[in-house]
Amino acid sequence: MRGSGLANPGAPDLNARVVIIGAGHAGGSAAAFLRQYGHTGPIILIGDEPLVPYQRPPLSKAWLKGEADADSLALKPADWYADNNCRLMLGVSATKIERAARRVVLSTGETLDYDILVLATGARARTLPLPGADLKGVMALRTAADAEQLKAALGPGKHLAVVGGGYVGLEAAASARALGAEAVVLEREPRVLARVACQQLSDFFTRYHTGHGVVFELSAGVEGFEGRDGQVTGVRLADGRVLPCDAALVGVGAIPNDELAQAAGLDCVNGVVVDLEARTADPAIFAIGDVTHRPLPLYDRMFRLESVPNALEQAKQVACAIVGRPAPPPEVPWFWSDQYDLKLQIAGMPFDADTILVRGDPATAKFAVFHLKGDLVQAVEAVNSPPEFMMGKILIGGRKPVSRERLADSSISMKEVAA
Amino acid sequence: MAKITYVEHDGTEHTVEVKTGMSVMEGAIKNNVPGIDADCGGACACATCHVYVDPAFEGKTGEKSAMEESMLDFAENVEPNSRLSCQIKVSDDLDGLVVRMPESQH
Ligand SMILES: Cc1cc2nc3c(=O)[nH]c(=O)nc-3n(C[C@H](O)[C@H](O)[C@H](O)COP(=O)(O)OP(=O)(O)OC[C@H]3O[C@@H](n4cnc5c(N)ncnc54)[C@H](O)[C@@H]3O)c2cc1C
Ligand code: FES
Repeated sequence: MRGSGLANPGAPDLNARVVIIGAGHAGGSAAAFLRQYGHTGPIILIGDEPLVPYQRPPLSKAWLKGEADADSLALKPADWYADNNCRLMLGVSATKIERAARRVVLSTGETLDYDILVLATGARARTLPLPGADLKGVMALRTAADAEQLKAALGPGKHLAVVGGGYVGLEAAASARALGAEAVVLEREPRVLARVACQQLSDFFTRYHTGHGVVFELSAGVEGFEGRDGQVTGVRLADGRVLPCDAALVGVGAIPNDELAQAAGLDCVNGVVVDLEARTADPAIFAIGDVTHRPLPLYDRMFRLESVPNALEQAKQVACAIVGRPAPPPEVPWFWSDQYDLKLQIAGMPFDADTILVRGDPATAKFAVFHLKGDLVQAVEAVNSPPEFMMGKILIGGRKPVSRERLADSSISMKEVAA
Repeated sequence: MAKITYVEHDGTEHTVEVKTGMSVMEGAIKNNVPGIDADCGGACACATCHVYVDPAFEGKTGEKSAMEESMLDFAENVEPNSRLSCQIKVSDDLDGLVVRMPESQH
């Protein structure tokens, strides 16, 4: 049975039949917020992985190091779904959206009618079309299954080659060291984190990892993977060297799973284009999480974010729109990363910044980098510095001007700087 | 194992058994107790797992790390007995623990 949505597509309706494609962080959270906000209609969650919605961040951190068990990854206990009248269809993928009929076709051949469709298909790891990329031991890190494979390849005396010095790659390198394995990071750019962090932070992380025994090959051209009996044995560089390894983790970014939306004629620009309600141009179709190209009102532009806070923010937006609650106020984008004893917390985006200001001393592993546009904070990257992160987030969201001199002086507390 | 009572802001009580080794935050999530958001999943990065620890148990819930202390310093409605529940490890000593939730985690 459908709700009353057929007459007025996408209008708030507590009885609407909601189909969510993608049972990940965003999809699972949307189902939970819908029930929390009083949605009474059916909710059907379709996921192509065999697991109930789970958290990915620990896959490169606590879980990989063996500090968290598989159970702790689940967003909600497995019985929550049945208890809350959410039908979970796992190991099933959606293959087509029929917008006119408001229907989704599944890999099983089944079709599902919807009043409201939520695309929460996330992103997948980018692969490298290099010789040997199909060897056993050349892997990505996106899913729990990937993480199992990586963990099995690590241990004392093992050699891990990480292709790509992004957050996932660096976290995996740190976890590999914690497990006693050797790690080398190969990065095409002259610095790690080149796409996502400033030079100061890149330099700091390179030094810190080096101090923990990680080897870096920067400005490195990876030409392919060498193998024996189908198993990877090394990474071949453009300069002719072959770096031996037992496993090669390719961490060169993610691409949005927006093909379903594209095939259905929805506007996609590096992700499905949505508004601040997470709605696409089709009033009955929403999209949330890593798969979206979304407005960032604080920065007056569209962008695709890949983070848990973004997935949660949009899951709230969609749940509010479906049940007819006012849209939640826009949040400041944020992110975290754990490596060794370092906690990195990032708030905001460094768009349009004209100045980079370092507060504290990187040599003490406790400092923050502020990105300023005039006297406004656009972003802060805080290493072991929660006050800088927390107050920075408030300053960014409030568009509150600060004095650069006072901000640079770490003897003045963040509360006083912001006063 | 410890019996923990989570009290929502409106007074609703949930008493559940939580396994040793889990955090007080996980005890709430695994038992579908509402009122703890835990956006970062226990990384001590978000401060959306804020609780007030019953004074009778304050000595038993362990010391706050410097990280937790400074995250809490910027949370809303912080009291001397405020904690981030993802940073409290459950042990037999915590049997009977009562924690109260703030009105909102955001
Ligand atoms: C190793 C790792 C570490 C990370 N660390 C952090 C961190 O520290 N902090 C942070 O904020 N973020 C981190 N992230 C990012 C964060 O996990 C993602 O932003 C988040 O998972 C996005 O949620 P999502 O629901 O949009 O996508 P996903 O969680 O990827 O879920 C999408 C789901 O949809 C499924 N799917 C796709 N297409 C279909 C289809 N056609 N039919 C059915 N199912 C489909 C996918 O298989 C997947 O299960 C990390 C990610 C990884 C991989
Ligand atoms: S869950 Fe994020 S700080 Fe406790």
